[in-house]
Amino acid sequence: MTQTLVETSTPTHPAGIVNDFCITFSTVNGSGSATANNVLLKALFKMGIPVSGKNIFPSNIQGLPTWYTIRINKDGFLARVERDDIVVAMNPATFTNEMNYLVPGGVLFYSDDIKLPVTREDIIAYPMPVKKITREMEVPANLRDYIANMVYVGVLAQLLGIDLEKIYQALDAHFKGKQKAINSNYTVIEASAKWAAANLVKRDRYSVAPMNGTEGYILADGNTAGALGAIFGGVQFSAWYPITPASSLSESLNEYLPSLRTDAETGKATCAVVQAEDELAAIGMVVGAGWAGLRSMTSTSGPGLSLMTEYLGLAYYSEVPLVVWDVQRVGPSTGLPTRTAQGDITSTYFMSHGDTEFVMLFPGSVSECFEFGWKAFDLAEVLQTPIIVMSDLDFGMNEWMTKKFEYPDTPINRGKILWEDDLDKIMERTKGDWGRYQDLDRDGIPYRTVAGNRRPEAAYLTRGTGHDEKARYSEEPDVWERDLKRLSLKFQTARKIAPKPVIHSMADARVGIIACGSTDPAVEEARAMLASEGLNTDYCRVRSLPLCQEVVDFIAAYDRTYVVEINRDGQLKQILTLEIPHLCTQLHQVSHIDGMPLSARWVKDQILAQEGK
Amino acid sequence: MVDQAQAVKSSVNQVGLSRADYRGAPSTLCQGCGHNSIANQIISACYELNLLPEKVVKFSGIGCSSKSPTYFLNRSFGFNGLHGRMPSLALGAMFADPTLKGIGISGDGDTASIGIGQFKHMVRRNLPFVYIIENNGVYGLTKGQFSATSEKDLHLKRQGINPYSPIDICMEALASNATFVARSFAGDPKQVKELIKAAFSHNGIAIIDIISPCVTFHNQENSLHSYTWGKEHEIQLHEVSYVPKRDDITVEDFEEGTTREVYLHDGSQIILKKLDKDYDPTDRWQAFRILEAAQKNNWLVTGLIYVNPDQPSMFDTYNLPETPLNRLPADKLRPAREKLDEINDMF
Repeated sequence: MTQTLVETSTPTHPAGIVNDFCITFSTVNGSGSATANNVLLKALFKMGIPVSGKNIFPSNIQGLPTWYTIRINKDGFLARVERDDIVVAMNPATFTNEMNYLVPGGVLFYSDDIKLPVTREDIIAYPMPVKKITREMEVPANLRDYIANMVYVGVLAQLLGIDLEKIYQALDAHFKGKQKAINSNYTVIEASAKWAAANLVKRDRYSVAPMNGTEGYILADGNTAGALGAIFGGVQFSAWYPITPASSLSESLNEYLPSLRTDAETGKATCAVVQAEDELAAIGMVVGAGWAGLRSMTSTSGPGLSLMTEYLGLAYYSEVPLVVWDVQRVGPSTGLPTRTAQGDITSTYFMSHGDTEFVMLFPGSVSECFEFGWKAFDLAEVLQTPIIVMSDLDFGMNEWMTKKFEYPDTPINRGKILWEDDLDKIMERTKGDWGRYQDLDRDGIPYRTVAGNRRPEAAYLTRGTGHDEKARYSEEPDVWERDLKRLSLKFQTARKIAPKPVIHSMADARVGIIACGSTDPAVEEARAMLASEGLNTDYCRVRSLPLCQEVVDFIAAYDRTYVVEINRDGQLKQILTLEIPHLCTQLHQVSHIDGMPLSARWVKDQILAQEGK
Repeated sequence: MVDQAQAVKSSVNQVGLSRADYRGAPSTLCQGCGHNSIANQIISACYELNLLPEKVVKFSGIGCSSKSPTYFLNRSFGFNGLHGRMPSLALGAMFADPTLKGIGISGDGDTASIGIGQFKHMVRRNLPFVYIIENNGVYGLTKGQFSATSEKDLHLKRQGINPYSPIDICMEALASNATFVARSFAGDPKQVKELIKAAFSHNGIAIIDIISPCVTFHNQENSLHSYTWGKEHEIQLHEVSYVPKRDDITVEDFEEGTTREVYLHDGSQIILKKLDKDYDPTDRWQAFRILEAAQKNNWLVTGLIYVNPDQPSMFDTYNLPETPLNRLPADKLRPAREKLDEINDMF
């Protein structure tokens, strides 16, 4: 083994690099590497080191190449980087490519049954006797492939200095205390670490060291966070249809509802989940439930949202509160179903036929997925309209280091809903002249009764056809126009109550940056890079549409504002342009889509190029 | 029947409501439309069942049929949804309060064309729900196109000749494991009413396919969706009577040996008076056979074709609280702060 090392690499020894590098794991999908990668991520996190993990996987169940990248960064920058410092190669099919991606001085760990030549001399290569170790551990044949991945966990732990105790804790968390699974994996890890200690001479420059960079943070993915947020927001009904990358949001509801939302007194469930036959039915169920007074939601991705569009138009016009999570993936069409995008912004804003507008929320972190998970219901019921939460695959399916979830700071707000006593009061106030679509408060938002209200005057027939203030069928021109204008007024109300942008400023900033959602880590890191090159920037992270005054004021304050997003056409910029045409020449598009999350370097380069530097 | 007789005398039913309390807005459908007759029977059925209108919710899709929820039960909530997608809308809404009775009105286009998928999935879930198809074999609201239940070779004025075989809605329901399948004819109001009453007592999905002639676009004497044809070709499997729970007197009205009783979940009964043949509506295979025979022989078979009162309903498989979900107070909906602390510690 050591001989191989001498033959394949002639490493240099620059100063050591501690807590600032990337590891890419190259495996075959379906081989069980997710557990190994996740355990490493968790162990590093438990050492107090800021980390992020990204899974780049094919739309396939077994046999195709898949990559997992862990970024370790002491400064807390967690966006994707376009370089590999360390590669763990378990897949012969991509071995040569992987080797070529490595930075000079990078490290290649590989399974020694890959009989391909290590052709680069500026990297350090460590072969790992994966088969030999698993054979010696007497692992049952059917588990051998899965357990094989634990070999690299042990070898990496030894060579990079990852605390085995933390790895054990990570295994414990991953297997939820199941001792047999923990032990069988840990034995292999320990043996592999021992083998590495005895047989490998550390000659690379990378290592980790415990630090205090994760205090107040947790490791979670956006879909789990969104589901938990919904549960704390009082979700009562969810219908869904499986689609990558949204499925795990609804599956998380199923996972956490029994423990969190079983009534302690009655032992009964306070939320029902239905797997529908398709997205057409999922949204139909959600509209029905929302209409009948339940906090109701679904989660989907682009193709599913396309199918839901007609019902969402009906919900908009008949004023039914509900929440839709769009965990965006790359389109058009089936597109790249396992890759991330922000390509549904424009189509969602104007979804459905006729004059429609949708209130959209853009969580900018996994903790914000939790926050918007509950907040979306309050907004939906207050505004009596669908709320679309725009997440994406990068948030939804990857584990992020994120701030601890914060308990909702406002009580559940059911909006203008009328049960029997409430209706009596409204009847008194209106002298018996209440109607479902009357704008009594001049904010565009009417009062609504729901099925089950026992007052005979509570009932009305909801319809997608023209209706007057009393919900009666009407084809009268002035009735139609009045109703549509009221809906528009409601949308103006939304501008005031939807989440405000987060604005981060620097001294003497000359340009503005606008972004939303999962590009936030890349933008923040790019701003640090730009600042070090002498360009200070102010940053406005948009958290909702329609636009509020704060965003308009931000744009007005700079000669140039760059709008950063993951799509071809600059969709957020399109909407900004439409909403504030007088400022649109100050907006500059920085958008790009290839299926990968943006890197800070790309954002920085684009802005510098447009700045003429 | 005694109670009902008293009710008629005083013009109110057992919940103190008159028949007028069950009315809807005046119909805007064509005069003589079978759908109007069905709306009237829904009113009668609800009145006679002593249902509070506030405890009934109405749904529909799109089409002439789907306009009719406006024409009955003004005091009930209703939702006129999207074409072919009433089932999903109704399913979601019924979860808000399972103590409510749900009734959906659809048509042959709404159910058998655009809505066949949602129809079959609602059936297989066995949601307690009365699902009426006002089946006239034609698209009325768009002025006379073929529907999925139009018979093969039917000639329509602007469409020519229908080249496709029709879909049999009852057969589709049966194939999807429906637990209550009936067919009736709008020209037979008594049977329509009795079937609706029985359907409201069924703890599961109750499909009633009602041949309801379109007098404007499709009432040709030789067509199976016309009054004339229906009257000439109707074969009643039995005479249907619905008997509410513990109403012994009515049961005695039937001669022993000439009836078959089916007990429904709530203790009520459907009494089927034998006609020329003894038909067992609890035998699914026999139900398939009679539908097949009807197709072959050009019969309009009416009555209760199949019923299985013992299959658990969709709600039986959910652990729902007695308080309707939509009446749960906020403190039942948000877990305690400590629960979130535990989650944060777990991650």
